Amino acid sequence: MTAALDVVQLSRLQFGLTAMYHFLFIPLTLGLAVLLGVMESVYVMTGREVWRRMTKFWGLLFGINFAMGVATGITMEFQFGMNWAYYSHYVGDVFGAPLAIEGLMAFFLEATFIGLFFFGWDKLSKGAHLAVTWLVALGSNLSALWILIANGWMQHPVGSRFNPDTMRMEVTDFSAVIFNPVAQAKFVHTVSAGYVTGSIFVLAISAFYLLRGHHIEIAKRSATVAASFGLAASLSVVVLGDESGYTAGENQKMKIAAIEAMWNTEPAPAPFTVFGLPNQATHTTDYEIRIPWMLGLIDTRSLSAEVPGINELVAHAQERIRSGLIAYEALAKVRANRGDADTRAVLATHGDDLGYALLLKKLRPDIGNASDVQIAEAAENTVPVVSPLFWSFRVMVALGMFFIGLFAVAFYLASTRRLQSSRIFLWVALCALPLPWIAGELGWYVAEVGRQPWVIEGVLPTFLAVSSLSASNVLTTLVGFITFYSALLVVDIYLMTKTIRLGPAPIRPAPSFRPSPIATPAAAE
Amino acid sequence: MLDYEMLRLIWWALLGILLIGFAVMDGFDLGAAMLLPFVGRTDAERRVAINTVGPVWEGNQVWLVLGGGAIFAAWPTLYAVAFSGFYLAMFLALCALIVRPVSFKFRSKLTHPTWRSVWDWALFACGLVPSLIFGVAFGNVIEGAPFRFDDTMRMTYEGTLFGLLNPFALLCGLVSVAMLAMHGGAYLALKAGPPIAARAAFFARRAALVMIALFLIGGVWVAIGIDGYAIVGVVAHDGPSNPLLKDVARTAGAWMANYSTYPWMMLAPCLAIAGALLTIVLLGGARNGLAFVASAVSVASVIATAGLSIFPFLLPSSLDPKASLTVWDASSSRLTLAIMLGATLLLLPIVLIYTAWVYRVLRGRVTLAYVDENSASIY
Repeated sequence: MTAALDVVQLSRLQFGLTAMYHFLFIPLTLGLAVLLGVMESVYVMTGREVWRRMTKFWGLLFGINFAMGVATGITMEFQFGMNWAYYSHYVGDVFGAPLAIEGLMAFFLEATFIGLFFFGWDKLSKGAHLAVTWLVALGSNLSALWILIANGWMQHPVGSRFNPDTMRMEVTDFSAVIFNPVAQAKFVHTVSAGYVTGSIFVLAISAFYLLRGHHIEIAKRSATVAASFGLAASLSVVVLGDESGYTAGENQKMKIAAIEAMWNTEPAPAPFTVFGLPNQATHTTDYEIRIPWMLGLIDTRSLSAEVPGINELVAHAQERIRSGLIAYEALAKVRANRGDADTRAVLATHGDDLGYALLLKKLRPDIGNASDVQIAEAAENTVPVVSPLFWSFRVMVALGMFFIGLFAVAFYLASTRRLQSSRIFLWVALCALPLPWIAGELGWYVAEVGRQPWVIEGVLPTFLAVSSLSASNVLTTLVGFITFYSALLVVDIYLMTKTIRLGPAPIRPAPSFRPSPIATPAAAE
Repeated sequence: MLDYEMLRLIWWALLGILLIGFAVMDGFDLGAAMLLPFVGRTDAERRVAINTVGPVWEGNQVWLVLGGGAIFAAWPTLYAVAFSGFYLAMFLALCALIVRPVSFKFRSKLTHPTWRSVWDWALFACGLVPSLIFGVAFGNVIEGAPFRFDDTMRMTYEGTLFGLLNPFALLCGLVSVAMLAMHGGAYLALKAGPPIAARAAFFARRAALVMIALFLIGGVWVAIGIDGYAIVGVVAHDGPSNPLLKDVARTAGAWMANYSTYPWMMLAPCLAIAGALLTIVLLGGARNGLAFVASAVSVASVIATAGLSIFPFLLPSSLDPKASLTVWDASSSRLTLAIMLGATLLLLPIVLIYTAWVYRVLRGRVTLAYVDENSASIY
């Protein structure tokens, strides 16, 4: 009935690693695509060759990164079916649609035009090539939108209902799935974070050139573009933080309480804990340093709304487990006698809590006979592990603040034309290169680990979602992915560094527009 | 709004169209990669072959991503059973599909002969392995896969990787390899300059002959060598998607039943063979554009043959035939099918229009001279 726990652990590890690996490439794709569009727009508007060379140079790095993103993205799509078969069965009716639409609307656009971006410089007019570049950027951003609609539904499953005849969740209101507030918040936050990543990448590498005194013309302009775009993006990433969506649902409240290590409900407006050592066993935080009012303001944008604490949410989870058990019992009756309308009504009333009853499956297979102690234990299990969330979140936010400062200084120096001479700043900018990746990965960690023990919050516990595979099979693929991905990462970084060291191609006269330089169609016959 | 039965039928057809889209579009670049060691003797010649697919393979591969996404959205049970059941085979295909993008991208970044040779072989393997595995998977679908459901619809699969590699499935794998080699060869004959084009035509014609022979053997094998499946009694075509509500019998020759009930279905296997024969003839007469079309018709018809033979089954269960997935009991809800149909009708034509535009911009052959001129900027 339930899969072996080591399969669960291995599958989670594999999904986590491959997703985080995939997310090394995605933010850079999102950010660089838009920056390429900006640079090429300047080229088309001013006609100055240096902007074209800039676009082509950053395009080279974009291409290497994009290939890695494509390669590792297919893994993500296949993995739902391979390792999370019960998940795929249970929520495919809802979750599959945004993924498929992502392919149709976004990935096709991005992948079809990326070829022309590289191969079309001499085959297209300036304007047409610019359109191609922006279509690639549009495609990658739309791609993020649909993926985050799917992910947002995992965090806050709206617009759907459990169907006892098919034993799965089914869509009842697709527009609710699309306009899910959690998904919208995630989209703005994640895409802005991608823009920050792209901007820091361009800024840091430009700083490297300026420090060495190479490719000055391109580096100065690139740094200026990155500084202005990055400043706007870093403000948006913090102001429109993902947190704004966390108040949308009950389970999101557990996540926010865990992130803040807020064990008890605080009177509004709640204080914000800057420092502390959360203690999972005693439900307390040692050595706390708190700022009054801050948390209430961040989370609820108000001074009077309460932010519920972990203990209160656990008590509420107990109630929902008990209600879920009623649904579970009703479900068994409906399965035995499909025509039983009264029991169907009971199931409909308590159906939203069915997932809470399923939490008990970790403790015993016949959950109808669960004891009070087991119900209490299952409720306690709805609390994610607090410490890593607490710290990951704080580091991420600190990095976000740092990025705003970095871009503000860069913007000031660029607009007063002192960028090239500020060597200390250039060193700081260069050293900041890995930071957006750290912030981004921590962000994913907070969002996805903060969702545990749920794979779909309140609907399906993670440990039930896996495929019925043998641990050795999952271990085989896990080791395979680790080896394989590590080798690819080494080659990727090697090629990136080499391309950066070589720098932009030397100046050559702009070729005149030729409609079909490979060969004329007549010559081809 | 369309009724549930009609939506299921439409989505069965769309599943076929998306798989055909994948085989026809991505098939030619997988096939071209398979032929790489045979059509290119020097680095420059291999670059010609690689650059014929260079600007388009990324878009082509989206057909696979879309196929996967559409199965997930429209046939979630099929997605869950097939992807987790064929676990290690899927992993192998995945490895190939991961290495392929980076091979294209990384190969040209350094000029060292060993570096390039490694990526050439990687491209070859990444063309061959998915072609073989997807064919083998089709073979196992036709034979039925060893899976069952418990009362919570949790699926267990009782087969192994080596169980997938049985003789009939391997034959299907070889049909797929020969078919895509033909298709890739026909593409190279159309898009590559001399001398690569002529060599590609040579291999495409041989591959087409092999494909016809293997396809015919496969047909006989299906008729007399393996068991088919048939639904016993009536199954509601608009009932809930629960595969356990029907009875299924496993009988020899049952996969031939559709062809006597609906004789028009014979068109598919006939076109599969006729298309391949025409490819041979047209390539012989250097009518490369038409040859590519004929090859595409053949590829599409091979896939249609498999789908029509097992209709209304999607994936039969050899372990517990009752659990077999069919068009009538493995789909998404009616609402999801309707929404996805709307999205497809709206977006797929747009995709086809801009894809056609991109191919138009890229028209003409990739020649040795072109590779020489653009050495720094292309693959």
